[in-house]
Amino acid sequence: MPTETLSPAEARDLKCLAGMIIPASTAYSVPGADDDLIMADMLQSLGRDFADVRTALANLARLAGGSFASLDPDRRGAVVGDFRAEGGQPLAILTRLVLLCYYRDDRVMRSLNLEPRPPFPKGHVVEQGDWSLLDQVRTRPRFWRDAP
Amino acid sequence: MKDKVDVLIIGSGASGAAVAWSLAETKMRILCLEQGDWMKPSEYPSTRKDYEARLYSDFATSPNIRKRPSDYPINDDNSPIKVVNFNAVGGSTVMYTAHFPRLHPSDFKVRTLDGVADDWPVDYKTLEPFFAENDRMMGVSGLTGDPAYPAHQPPMPPLPLGKSGTRIGQAMNKLGWHWWPSDTSLATQEYDGRAPCINLGHCTPACSQGAKASTDITYWPHAVRAGVELRTNCRVKEILTDENDMATGVVYFDADGVEQFQPAEVVIVACNGVGTPRLLLNSKSARFPNGLANSSGLVGKNLMFHPWATIYGYLDEPMDGHRGPPLCVWSQEFYETDLSRGFVRGYNLQFNRGIGVATEAVATEAAGILPWGERHHETFRGLVGRRMSVGVCTEDLPEEHNRVTLDPVLKDGHGIPAPKIDYAIGANTSLMLDHAIARAKEILAAAGAREVHTMAPLMYAGWHLLGTARMGTDPARSVVNEWGRSHDVKNLFIVDGSIFVTSGGVNPTSTIQALALYIADQMKQRLATLFD
Ligand SMILES: Cc1cc2nc3c(=O)[nH]c(=O)nc-3n(C[C@H](O)[C@H](O)[C@H](O)COP(=O)(O)OP(=O)(O)OC[C@H]3O[C@@H](n4cnc5c(N)ncnc54)[C@H](O)[C@@H]3O)c2cc1C
Repeated sequence: MPTETLSPAEARDLKCLAGMIIPASTAYSVPGADDDLIMADMLQSLGRDFADVRTALANLARLAGGSFASLDPDRRGAVVGDFRAEGGQPLAILTRLVLLCYYRDDRVMRSLNLEPRPPFPKGHVVEQGDWSLLDQVRTRPRFWRDAP
Repeated sequence: MKDKVDVLIIGSGASGAAVAWSLAETKMRILCLEQGDWMKPSEYPSTRKDYEARLYSDFATSPNIRKRPSDYPINDDNSPIKVVNFNAVGGSTVMYTAHFPRLHPSDFKVRTLDGVADDWPVDYKTLEPFFAENDRMMGVSGLTGDPAYPAHQPPMPPLPLGKSGTRIGQAMNKLGWHWWPSDTSLATQEYDGRAPCINLGHCTPACSQGAKASTDITYWPHAVRAGVELRTNCRVKEILTDENDMATGVVYFDADGVEQFQPAEVVIVACNGVGTPRLLLNSKSARFPNGLANSSGLVGKNLMFHPWATIYGYLDEPMDGHRGPPLCVWSQEFYETDLSRGFVRGYNLQFNRGIGVATEAVATEAAGILPWGERHHETFRGLVGRRMSVGVCTEDLPEEHNRVTLDPVLKDGHGIPAPKIDYAIGANTSLMLDHAIARAKEILAAAGAREVHTMAPLMYAGWHLLGTARMGTDPARSVVNEWGRSHDVKNLFIVDGSIFVTSGGVNPTSTIQALALYIADQMKQRLATLFD
């Protein structure tokens, strides 16, 4: 089954919105969510979220009175304010898609001091911690109730 | 027609697997029909970089979102708590988080001790050897000596406390409240062919390492080796009975969607607290017009969920975050009844490490904590890996209006009517939730957490499905007797969470499985007189 995909106009609006959700940062040396690689991941990952993302983008275009990406920055800010105030499931799902794809990008993960890899097979190390803290609890008399 | 089997088990989850393994030593011909398939751990989410996204798609906890072919839809619109489960070999244990407390002795005697609900027809002492046997079969890790419980010896050492457990321990000691490392069914050592936990941090929805005790890798390999047949992708539509009110077998859809009849001498239902009443209600006939085994009218009623709250905050230094199993320590400080709190019975607190990086972003954006725009990065760096969270598991008392019925419209992929849930949180439980949330906030404050938020009741937290075919000695007030046999149909048994009389205030799977082993043991002892 061919993967459903957004139209070029929808993709442009998504890219523009993604960059407003998570802008690039020189302070943290990270790309924005409108980065080409992250955008490509988003477009490939629409999957079962396709219809909701499309609905959200249609709402955005309605509020923008046409192409959201073509608006000047001030007007875009105002439209995004209205878009978020309207809320709804499609917006939540679009935002989730942006966040899920952003927070698995290698550059972003490295900037958070995390290795860009799946958990398996390497796993992680958890320190034992301070077991002596339990001494206080060990000395407590039993407090479960006897049942007749 | 298929050859008749001695014992037919429906459902291969926590309880179905335990009963199959235990009965295997009888050398009877045992068959289990399971609507799902064997899972492939090499395809589990944590093997891929997009692992967190799969929590919202093919590994979502809700079957209504996941929509695998093995799932059936559930109409839970009229419930603030949505049902979550998994349908495959291993059942919901493929997905569970593996917190493994036992019910406490007092949980079996709530009428006698506290004047509410009903006592169970079995008690902790009776189940004790079966708890121990189940701990051994599932492979439980934990620490002996918890003053909140009768002594027991988990076969493996506990999970590390880590940074998170240490910080929680300090806070609880400051408050003078009980805490203890959780019993978990995560292997902390090589155990029965399972590799030890390597802290993938993603126990829910499924463990690629095989350290988590889902029954597809614990009981089932032993049961299959002992001769039990497990037939997958087979969804049971109804249980048939004869003119003597005895079950004759079941009608099911095979892997090709073809309807089949499987005759059996004994039928054991293990489809969980929603799947079991659904099947019994779908098995109506002229002799059982209200559904099978339902002369009490209680099939589907008294659904209990353990209404849940999550209270979380952020510390100023990194904790274990997603780099370890979410499970860590528990507190039973508020478990036993203390009427000065304004409610009867109690709750268990379950302290969790963190959640995945992307999940943290999704959760905090949705909660209004993580902003869009310029401040996004700075804010997120103050959150990621710093979460401390307290889960509250409240005892849910049985109320008949909380129930599973059949939806008049909704059907599964085979055209079988789907379950419908009607559920409201009881007054006692609401008071308990308020009390617990206030205590959790005190704990987070003592730990130095900031930005404290509460989710209550947690919506996708219908993971404990209990009470819908309760056990008891009185056929007018219960569906099965004190050893799991239907009062109405003498060769029909139920072994899953639906037979719970009350819910206790802890995660139920350890007790569900101990009960299943107990019922299997009772059956073995009574083989000659099983139907008397
Ligand atoms: C996300 C999540 C987290 C959880 N965490 C914990 C935890 O930390 N600790 C804990 O104690 N519990 C936890 N649980 C609950 C735990 O998984 C259940 O208590 C336990 O698995 C219930 O056992 P059961 O035998 O009653 O049913 P299940 O394990 O659900 O098994 C039922 C089986 O029956 C099959 N079935 C149903 N209907 C049919 C049919 N008509 N035909 C054929 N097959 C059928 C299903 O496919 C399934 O395999 C969690 C559950 C979830 C979903």
